[in-house]
Amino acid sequence: MPHSYPKTAILTLIAVCIFSLIIALKTGSVAIGWDDLWQIFTGKENEWRELVMRLRLPRTLAALMTGAMLAMAGCLMQVLLRNPLADPYIMGVSGGAAFAALGAMLLGIASTLIPIAAFVGALFSILLVFLVSRGSGPWSSTRMLLSGVVLAAGWGALISLVLALGPDNSLRGMLFWLMGDLSNSTVPTAVWISFPVLLLLLLLRSRSLNILALGEVTAAALGENTKQLGWLIYFIASILTAMAVSIAGSIGFVGLIIPHAMRLIISNDHRLLLPASALAGASFLSLADTLARTIVAPLQLPVGVITALTGVPLFLYLLHRARLHT
Amino acid sequence: MSKPSHAGILRTRNLSLSIPGRLLLESLDWQIQRGETWALLGRNGSGKSTLLHTLAGVRALQSGSIELADQGQYHAIEKIPRREIARQMALLQQHTTYPFDARVIQMVLAGRHPHIGTWQQEGADDFAIARQALKDMDLEGLEQRNVSSLSGGEARRLAFATMLTQQTPLLLLDEPSNHLDIGHQIQIMRKARYLVEEENKAAIIAIHDLNLAARFCSHVLMLFGDGRYLAGSLDEVLSSKQLSELYNYPIEQLLWDQGRCFLPG
Repeated sequence: MPHSYPKTAILTLIAVCIFSLIIALKTGSVAIGWDDLWQIFTGKENEWRELVMRLRLPRTLAALMTGAMLAMAGCLMQVLLRNPLADPYIMGVSGGAAFAALGAMLLGIASTLIPIAAFVGALFSILLVFLVSRGSGPWSSTRMLLSGVVLAAGWGALISLVLALGPDNSLRGMLFWLMGDLSNSTVPTAVWISFPVLLLLLLLRSRSLNILALGEVTAAALGENTKQLGWLIYFIASILTAMAVSIAGSIGFVGLIIPHAMRLIISNDHRLLLPASALAGASFLSLADTLARTIVAPLQLPVGVITALTGVPLFLYLLHRARLHT
Repeated sequence: MSKPSHAGILRTRNLSLSIPGRLLLESLDWQIQRGETWALLGRNGSGKSTLLHTLAGVRALQSGSIELADQGQYHAIEKIPRREIARQMALLQQHTTYPFDARVIQMVLAGRHPHIGTWQQEGADDFAIARQALKDMDLEGLEQRNVSSLSGGEARRLAFATMLTQQTPLLLLDEPSNHLDIGHQIQIMRKARYLVEEENKAAIIAIHDLNLAARFCSHVLMLFGDGRYLAGSLDEVLSSKQLSELYNYPIEQLLWDQGRCFLPG
């Protein structure tokens, strides 16, 4: 829709995103000055080059990418299930990933392989929901939601079992993974490639998402093949979640709160909502991660703690403000 | 308009409907033509909504066939892409719910969805059509209102306006007069009748108000809910005897200078 306000909003969000990247690169155990940062990025000699390029940049990019993917996945799950309380983890994707990741830790598998284990676990969970709720009848998001929720509960029990059986020295690592932690995260090449492809696919179908948000019968009557569209959204949202979880563990609240906040502040038109959520999710998680590694330095907190502690009041404030306006 | 005024638009062959444990409608052979306004009558649970949803193709076809006409040729509905069906017929559902906040204008524009390509956006003409539909339904000025803040009657007229923007030759209306005050009931029935007569469309309207049906419809399809149906022109079919049997309740016909009206006995 041709309005100037949404364009301003998107540009503002892009600026916030760049700001959060710079903040993340500058702050930490060593504060990097503007001129140092400039030298590093223009390829000149600088003593902090390694620190910024090898440690802070990959971690920050991981935070940005994970935040963007989680916020988009949350947005998609909410429209797919037409339930504002849905988040990326509602269908058990993170549960499958967590069980596989924790299982791998329990078996003492090399830490570089943990993300791969998590991704495989997530894929397994995604396919299980698909196979169980496929059925031959008309598309039903209710059946899918129920299978997903039950499966998620099952994963929860298995995760508790692994935690109960796990040796004490690996518990801390497991808990950090469960709360969401970016300390050793990088974005794999596969994610750099698939993210723009999925984003483009979604933007092409985003008007259809607006229609699906009105209900399945309405969407079908307005010319959508709801079954096909439903599974498409389910798979895209799940793959985004699986990639996010493999990178950073199950970080909560981003996928629930960011899409809501964007609906309240910007628009519920998915042509704007999806890119806005991606940008806001990226900025939010990157800023939260900067806080997580500086607030009680030299200790590092799992970023999931920060997203929850800052996300909850922020969201309640937005909800309160929105009610005053309508 | 060059189109013949009584061209067939949709027909059913041997169409049967059932819900688990009950046969609602058996072997419906029925046709609707341009220029016809059908009243769909029957008791609660007799299958009126089920029939409308099946005709619209949003509910799976159980047995028989539904065919949509395209330039005089009939094609089975399951062979036609959904988007094309949505350009041929619009469905006004009995209830509309909005799980997310949306503005009135966004909701009305949704009716343009089947007319806009994947790579396109709503254009100025789509906005013009949407605004005209809002105006027709006395909703101008509410464009930026949140749909959740509308009254029951306003929401009903918004749903009707959305259907208008779809600009289809066939209209399937499920109890359109629900929640409306008397004036607006007449207004939307008059609008439906106008579209049928002046724009050569066709409409089938599930309705419980027999007097609105008698006043604005040209044909009647009665569903008895046990498989039987009765279809015909208003004069052939609509009588106190038939209605009493349909509703299993005595219904009296009163004649007055502007026609006839029906009252429960």
